[in-house]
Amino acid sequence: MSLAEFATRRGLSQSAARPPLRQYIAQLWQRRHFVWTFASSKSISLYTTARLGQLWQVLTPLLNAAVYYLIFGVLLQMSRGIPDYIPFLVTGVFVFTFTQRSVNTGAKSVGDNLSLIRALHFPRASLPFAYVILELQQLMMSLIVLFAIVLAMGEPLTAHWLLLVPVILLQLAFNIGISLVVARLGAFARDITQLLPFMLRTWFYASGIIYSLAHVQNRFQDQPWLVKLLEFNPGYVYVELCRHALLAKYRNYVEDLHHPIGHLWWYALFWAVLMFVGGFLYFYRAEERYGRG
Amino acid sequence: MVDVKEKTESVPAEASPQIVIDPTREPIVVVDGLHVVYRIYGAGGDKGTAATALLRMVRRRNRPQMKTVHAIKGVSFVVYRGDAVGIIGSNGSGKSTLLRAIAGLLPPERGAVYTDGQPSLLGVNAALMRDLTGERNIVLGCLAQGLSLEETKAKYQEIVDFSGLKPEFIQLPMRTYSSGMGARLRFAIAAAKTHDVLLVDEALATGDARFKRKSKAKIEELRKDAGAVFLVAHNLEVIEETCNRVIWVEEGVMRMDGDPKTVIAAYTEATDK
Ligand SMILES: Nc1ncnc2c1ncn2[C@@H]1O[C@H](COP(=O)(O)OP(=O)(O)O)[C@@H](O)[C@H]1O
Ligand SMILES: [Mg+2]
Repeated sequence: MSLAEFATRRGLSQSAARPPLRQYIAQLWQRRHFVWTFASSKSISLYTTARLGQLWQVLTPLLNAAVYYLIFGVLLQMSRGIPDYIPFLVTGVFVFTFTQRSVNTGAKSVGDNLSLIRALHFPRASLPFAYVILELQQLMMSLIVLFAIVLAMGEPLTAHWLLLVPVILLQLAFNIGISLVVARLGAFARDITQLLPFMLRTWFYASGIIYSLAHVQNRFQDQPWLVKLLEFNPGYVYVELCRHALLAKYRNYVEDLHHPIGHLWWYALFWAVLMFVGGFLYFYRAEERYGRG
Repeated sequence: MVDVKEKTESVPAEASPQIVIDPTREPIVVVDGLHVVYRIYGAGGDKGTAATALLRMVRRRNRPQMKTVHAIKGVSFVVYRGDAVGIIGSNGSGKSTLLRAIAGLLPPERGAVYTDGQPSLLGVNAALMRDLTGERNIVLGCLAQGLSLEETKAKYQEIVDFSGLKPEFIQLPMRTYSSGMGARLRFAIAAAKTHDVLLVDEALATGDARFKRKSKAKIEELRKDAGAVFLVAHNLEVIEETCNRVIWVEEGVMRMDGDPKTVIAAYTEATDK
């Protein structure tokens, strides 16, 4: 008889084994307060060392928007044809940043918390969840700045703004999913964290943040598949839907170009469900191995 | 995998490499041919560039800076309900690593650890979140261990009192704490929960005399509820007082497993040389 047989015969179970999926989900749900408190504590500690403190939460997105406006709006003149380029650009940058930062912090969520993982028992998926919630809290700050900019530029406050809620929720699900995927990748291959910034920058330029896909599609008239492909890109989908919710002038402009956007809602739903479910299962399947590296 | 044999009068424990089990007692922890390996990244210091990272990934080669430490090399034993096991060995011999692996916090490279119930580790090296205040560490530590918001609120003051931290320190980040203060707080957080298998790693060593007395009482209290207690301590007297069995580890290998007097005598003789 081997020791393993002896142990299982006497009803013992492996201490580093991963719990069944249902139990894991229940444990994770039970840790929801941990996820939320972890996120808010981290966001407070991020800024307590800086002199201006919490003000940076608002200043950082503002400065980012200003830099992008200077480079792409003033220097490169990307704005041609797009009405109200500033709100267009700022919306794009802020919304895409939510995904970008979720991926970046998600990739480090296991590696940066090894001491916590090695000290206490909890479902490890709490960590990527917490980091995305942290980014969601940052996005809320950015949105306040964004609303101020958009209103200051003379955009009307309409019922369309309410569409922002479902878009952000779908994007949140997508971000959690993709963050779970990179969290597992980053936990076992740290090199990922060095490659991610380059991939994310490429993604940024492919996502129609600084230009309007509806506007440039005329240039690709003989390659309709390319436009279809660019439209399917989740980075583009969530940004574009947010713009349609917030910016009335842009909405009219795209309508005039005869460029329907109804199908983008299906893409948004598709990506959210696919990434959330797929990412969760992918992360879960390595649960017992986090903490070794 | 390690073979076992039931205890009979004719087979002395030391005579065979097999583990001898006692069929009359109820096992609570079974360690079966356990190996634990640490992987350390960035040991070379240089961070590398994206291009070299890509090349390495394409070639499926590990980072040149990655080093491995084989901390536990094939340890096997069985612990029964009611046992208090002392673990001794020189610094870096793998005592803390062994406890973390039993707790299921460090995944085994090979072999396995089987337990009845969820083991909990009360350790001094179990640093939590350095950048957050003591208060946040208490709340997050409780929530992470699965306590509800209400339970956390109810336990909060008890943890603060037990840790003996002055009120002004509770609002400071944990990185500003002395190692004794940090250890006390971490011990208090982990002790807020009830445990099946209790693993105590040098928690008695840090802190002043008053905290030592308090934590020893806490361990006794926890031991009454627990099925088994593991104790790592540099103070051999404490081990001899509290344990009914001692395991001696050296360089990740088990040197001896037996009653406290014999093992401690052999250990003292070996280290005094
Ligand atoms: N977090 C870690 N990362 C890498 N190596 C470690 C880590 N912790 C311990 N080790 C190594 O594992 C070995 C055993 O360490 P440890 O279990 O802490 O010994 P002990 O508790 O008996 O002093 C040592 O060689 C140590 O350097
Ligand atoms: Mg140690």
